[in-house]
Amino acid sequence: MDERLKNIVLEHSDDIVKMWLEEVNAHKKNDYTSTISDEMFESTNREFVNVIFSSIEKQGLSSDLDNFSERLINLGWPLSYLTDGMQIFRRVVTDYILKQSDKIDSDYFSKVLRQVDGWVDPIINRLVNEYSGSWEHIVSLQRVALQELSAPLIPVMENITIMPLIGTIDTERAKLIMENLLDGVIKHNAEVVLIDITGVPVVDTMVAHHIIQAAEAVRLVGSRCILVGIRPEIAQTIVNLGIDLGKFPTKSSLRKGFQTALELTNRRIEDVQNNDEDIEQLIDSLDRE
Amino acid sequence: MDFQSCVNIKKEWDIVGARQLGRDISRKIGFGTVDQARIATTISELARNIYLYAGTGKVCFEALEDMNKKGIRIVATDDGPGIQDISQVMEDGFTTSGGLGAGLPGVKRLMDSFDIVSTEEEGTEISVVKWLR
Repeated sequence: MDERLKNIVLEHSDDIVKMWLEEVNAHKKNDYTSTISDEMFESTNREFVNVIFSSIEKQGLSSDLDNFSERLINLGWPLSYLTDGMQIFRRVVTDYILKQSDKIDSDYFSKVLRQVDGWVDPIINRLVNEYSGSWEHIVSLQRVALQELSAPLIPVMENITIMPLIGTIDTERAKLIMENLLDGVIKHNAEVVLIDITGVPVVDTMVAHHIIQAAEAVRLVGSRCILVGIRPEIAQTIVNLGIDLGKFPTKSSLRKGFQTALELTNRRIEDVQNNDEDIEQLIDSLDRE
Repeated sequence: MDFQSCVNIKKEWDIVGARQLGRDISRKIGFGTVDQARIATTISELARNIYLYAGTGKVCFEALEDMNKKGIRIVATDDGPGIQDISQVMEDGFTTSGGLGAGLPGVKRLMDSFDIVSTEEEGTEISVVKWLR
């Protein structure tokens, strides 16, 4: 029985392919694939249907299928193209087999359905797994990438370190910030830490709370914390929210904060003596001789 | 402008989604950067309250247009445990989660109007409006 159905399908593969292509093309008109060029669509369809037939023939999933799905993933074809294609294939093949046989009872009908499902479902499962696997992979890579740029601590000068924060701060990141901050303060032996929030889009009570806690923890290990990069609109919302940031110094820009940090560590920036003047003096003294 | 859009709050990152949508809408209405920051902060507070205390809920935005003024309405709804004593949560510094306790009183100061309805065991609805000046 199984072999017989398989033979029907394989022998009439040309007819089935033709019907399938017609349906798929009709489907194309009003959906996502309409931006793809006709030749591309045509050749992909051909390849798709060949892959389907080869896996029916071999009674199992072939490496062709993996290669095919991998390429489509790389090209960015939507998954729905493949699932729609498989649904259409299921419909076309079932119709075709039923048309071939003269007597149809419910027993035969259910057998055909089961057989066709046996061909189609494993392919759909494999394709969906391949696609979702590739998405999961991307998401996990991005999570790692995000973590990497999460809360770096930069020692800019002896006793002074800077932690620039960029992007949204959630609970997980807040923990990371605190840990990195304290580790870094100890490791770099920092006297002053500048936390720069220029790149933080919104400072709500939670973010403020985390910053206050971090600053307090830094104070406990014997260093000082300066909050810099407070934009005017952020300053206004902080005041409206009634958040008290009075426990540690705050500055509008990293530059001002850095100057304060230098003052706190008893240093200042001085211009090196003007070179031109040096040379003029030298010439003057030579002239006099 | 007469449309309403909602963001469901289920995960912590949905707060960011809600904030971004709210910011987009307020920018389209014509709010300046300071008011955009106020609105984004408000959304952040309301959405975080949902996430922290109710678990799930939604934040909806509505662009308002009156005879001579425009504005945005933000409605945060949840079906969480409700708030026992509303006057208490509106006090500065009251918190049950170890936070700053500035969220709701802060939101009230950030916005032009503030309404809260909460029934114990049934949930909370907070509706705020900011007018464009």
